[in-house]
Amino acid sequence: MADEVHVPITSDADMVPARAQARALAVSLGFSTTDATLIATAISEIVRNILVHVGRGELVIRPVLEETRFGLVVVARDDGPGIRDIEAALEHGHASRGGLGLGLPGARRLMDEFHIASEPHNGTTVTMTKWRIRDELERLREQRRERG
Amino acid sequence: MSVAIVRQGDYLIASVQSDLSDSEVLRLRDDLVDRVGRLRLRGIIVDVGALDVIDSFVARSLRSIAVTARMRGALTVVVGIQPDVAIAMVQFRLNLEPLQTALDLDEALAVLDRAGHWEGEDGG
Repeated sequence: MADEVHVPITSDADMVPARAQARALAVSLGFSTTDATLIATAISEIVRNILVHVGRGELVIRPVLEETRFGLVVVARDDGPGIRDIEAALEHGHASRGGLGLGLPGARRLMDEFHIASEPHNGTTVTMTKWRIRDELERLREQRRERG
Repeated sequence: MSVAIVRQGDYLIASVQSDLSDSEVLRLRDDLVDRVGRLRLRGIIVDVGALDVIDSFVARSLRSIAVTARMRGALTVVVGIQPDVAIAMVQFRLNLEPLQTALDLDEALAVLDRAGHWEGEDGG
């Protein structure tokens, strides 16, 4: 099964491989191409957020395998000045630095879970997760395969 | 840059060949807007079928191509948005207004021909 993926974020050229690797991991976890597109789009927004506001950071994309569901967790970290008002940053249309304020609220709508942790002068960590429910049939097939 | 640009009469067809970084998107925008004036174009078709992601930045850049080109006398039509990408855009609440979209190249050419026809009548 797929492993954790680390992508250093230093320039906007890093966005293309970040999106591609997230998509590949999502598909390997059995997500639909639609869900893989939603995940890649959300990643695009949070990576751009890091590049515009801080300039550099790191992206970690991690699979979570549970009995009844598979998840894809995306963690985006930076060591920037932090977000003073997280509630405001998540409002649709709350613009900063020449943006339109669509990025973070848009990314949140594309994922199932979305969390921002930030302290002044201590960076920002965005954690977001997409889940895929595994149905009975899929689990039965897997058990059969394990038994040989 | 991974965008193939061909001219066909008064129209310019820009086919994006692979996923683009933000700076490549900006370069495409500036390049197209520049050519509209230089080549006296009446229409631009941007084929985004190769884009796996249209996020807020790409959507804004496409809108900005259309608005700027319009000021210089050309209409822009975006074609080939993939079904998954369209779904993501709806869920994201992104819209391309006032941008024209069409399913494929033929339809986009028809849109431009029709627009040119009406404008010709207005002028005459």
